[in-house]
Amino acid sequence: MIDNILRALGDPALMAVVSLTFRVTGSALLIAIALGVPIGALAGLTRFPGRRLVTLVLYTGMGLPPVVVGLVVYILLSRSGPLGPLGWLFTPAAMVAAQTIIAFPLVAALTMSAVDAVDPDLRLQVRALGATRWQTGWTVLREARIGVTAAIVAAFGGIISEVGAVMLVGGNIEGHTRVLTTAIVLSTRQGDFALAMALGIVLLLLALGANAVLLQLQGRSR
Amino acid sequence: MSPARNAEFEVIDVRHRYGARTVLDMPRLDITGGETLGIIGPSGSGKSTLLRLLQGLERPTEGAVHVCGAPMPFPVPLLLSRRVTTVFQRPLMLDRSVRDNVAFGLQVRGRRDGAAVDALLDRLALSALASAPARHLSGGEIQRVALARAMAFDPEVLLLDEPAANLDPANVARVEAIIRDAQARGRTIVLVTHNTHEARRLAHKTLLLMEGTVVEVNATATLFESPSDPRTRAFLAGELVY
Repeated sequence: MIDNILRALGDPALMAVVSLTFRVTGSALLIAIALGVPIGALAGLTRFPGRRLVTLVLYTGMGLPPVVVGLVVYILLSRSGPLGPLGWLFTPAAMVAAQTIIAFPLVAALTMSAVDAVDPDLRLQVRALGATRWQTGWTVLREARIGVTAAIVAAFGGIISEVGAVMLVGGNIEGHTRVLTTAIVLSTRQGDFALAMALGIVLLLLALGANAVLLQLQGRSR
Repeated sequence: MSPARNAEFEVIDVRHRYGARTVLDMPRLDITGGETLGIIGPSGSGKSTLLRLLQGLERPTEGAVHVCGAPMPFPVPLLLSRRVTTVFQRPLMLDRSVRDNVAFGLQVRGRRDGAAVDALLDRLALSALASAPARHLSGGEIQRVALARAMAFDPEVLLLDEPAANLDPANVARVEAIIRDAQARGRTIVLVTHNTHEARRLAHKTLLLMEGTVVEVNATATLFESPSDPRTRAFLAGELVY
């Protein structure tokens, strides 16, 4: 078994799967950060009518079953769906879209909570020191950086390990849309447990490495 | 001590409420440019609230605060708000080094003045702590960093809320020396203090505030030596229980 796992780890096809996993999850995470951090920060910093509703929607979004997200994205991107003309179904773009939808509420809601937890008096004191509205927002976001990093870590963990959405909208096509999680499902079904285990180890190492980088960034910013 | 006679702030018919509770009821208060106004009074008398109104952090429920002759607009324009700063009674430090905290006001103005920051750290005996995380300091050290942070960009108006409370005598002297320098540069200062001796040492005029209303405002020497209101006499004699 160990020999088989080691052999599987040396398989060149594995690199293609790892590379696509990184590109899909990395792209989805970057888009979710670009949208989720500013929206979460804004929701945490401001009081507006409907804020509770926004919070409720974001919190509910944190628990979205990936397979349901996959189903909705599938319907939207299918030939007869409203986004069918994009031709994204069974491409990495569709997988990025699905994973972004899963990651966004995690990033936005946890960023909102982190910003909300910063002492409101600090905001007043920062303003009294002459900060503009934007500088105040940025300063508070910086104060909340540990929570924001945790939001990103949670979102990364949520999407790198999910299988339902990418399977549905990507189709697990070899050399095109096969990522680590869908490859594990296929290998297990085919009884190739050594390959499945090898893929699982790579997935874990990937998650470990990415989280180590994020934690390093968190530590450096202190 | 020869303060200019222009009105920096005019508080006109201000009534400020938190919910149903009126915390400040001030028909009129003038604060002259270049003068130091000491505000004394028991806890909960509205001293800190008055500072928040002068800083423009809150809008009076009724009435207006005029700045240099015109009503303070809301939101307060940046140029106006940057003339004034507050050292809060409970200063909060940014999660950065002491030096970065002190430089913050300069940084948001796009200015760098390492010499000014170093000089303030030195005068307030904080040089050895310059690289330390500001949140790890003691209460007295935080109070001195807060004053240095406010002084670094040399604002025209300083609102000081108990700037020397809980400091040892050596540090009280350091803080008061910084305040005297600001006075010499013609800065307008509003000094809230529980310490009547401090008001006596630093303020040109002193105001006694009780339950949100002005009991008496007068030249400091007059207020302390021959107060006109019996409540002032009682307060200074320590007779009022609060």
